[in-house]
Amino acid sequence: MTKRTFKRAFRDSLPILAGYLALGFGFGVLLESKGYSFWWAILMSVTMFAGSGQYAGVDFLAGGATILTTAFMTLIINARHFFYGFSLLDKYKGMGIAKPYLIFGLTDETYSVVCSAKLDDTISKRKYYFFLTALDHLYWITGCTLGAVIGGVLPFSNEGIDYAMTALFIVILVEQWLSTKEHLPAILGVVTTAVCLCVFGPDMFIIPAMTLIAFELVILRKRLDKTQPEASQPSEKTEVKQDD
Amino acid sequence: MIDGVINTPYSLILIAVMAAVTAFVRFSPFILFPEGRKRPRVITYLGTVLPYAVIGMLVVYCFKGKSVIEYPYCIPELLAAALVVGLHVWKRNTLLSVFAGVAFYMVLVQLVF
Repeated sequence: MTKRTFKRAFRDSLPILAGYLALGFGFGVLLESKGYSFWWAILMSVTMFAGSGQYAGVDFLAGGATILTTAFMTLIINARHFFYGFSLLDKYKGMGIAKPYLIFGLTDETYSVVCSAKLDDTISKRKYYFFLTALDHLYWITGCTLGAVIGGVLPFSNEGIDYAMTALFIVILVEQWLSTKEHLPAILGVVTTAVCLCVFGPDMFIIPAMTLIAFELVILRKRLDKTQPEASQPSEKTEVKQDD
Repeated sequence: MIDGVINTPYSLILIAVMAAVTAFVRFSPFILFPEGRKRPRVITYLGTVLPYAVIGMLVVYCFKGKSVIEYPYCIPELLAAALVVGLHVWKRNTLLSVFAGVAFYMVLVQLVF
């Protein structure tokens, strides 16, 4: 079962392998260009494990940012991760000693695969989540370190390979779209974020987008809530039916 | 930090701060709603609908550095996205869709645009 689980986790992680090696490599090159040796790339990729956070981190390090600025900016850049735990409160229940590591490693990519993977009983969920997180982490550390060691000189052009991340998210969006009749949450996610990107610009849009999405989903709860209503609220159940 | 002279202690502190903040963001939902404690139903509900909204958000997030009003107007991104969607609806094979999309995109940005 372990071997089977590992194989499945490895297969599901392959798109992330391509993306993380490329993105990590870019980070390593950038960090090295500011005078930091590859040990720094290893340290940051092991302890942070965050793509856009680490890219911005290079600027904080090289520019001598204050601790307060660094903390605040990191919070803004990584705020989107705040959403991820909410859909994993049950999935990650009973994960034992691996749980803190699984939460630590909740990147965009790991989260989207964990959320969308359909695992049957021949797969150990606990091991699957661990293997997936650890493999992704390993790819990321490898990419970052290679970038800092090699320092930008590649015999071939890898421009565009980071599109693996975009493609992976699009595939998961399509999978989710085909697996449900309720498309409103996906549409809200795309439209709200796109509008916020236009209104607030590329540096400030994610927190307004998250706030609006959460707000919209709460407002639309009567229509969208498919979780079992509590016994004390029979009226809510009938309302849900009427809305359909 | 000038000309490759690195302030090692200060750099270590900044990295520790960044690592701590990142972990804090990822851990906060689990700290707010710990295992075995009853949580508000609205939180459970959000947990079921958020994955759909978040993936939509992430797709747009990938386009954040690209401009639709300057050359090449996101055309390579959109063409590759169309290929990924079409191929995936047709074959439902994640690896095929992702790697075909990447290969097509690399050809577009390196040779065409």
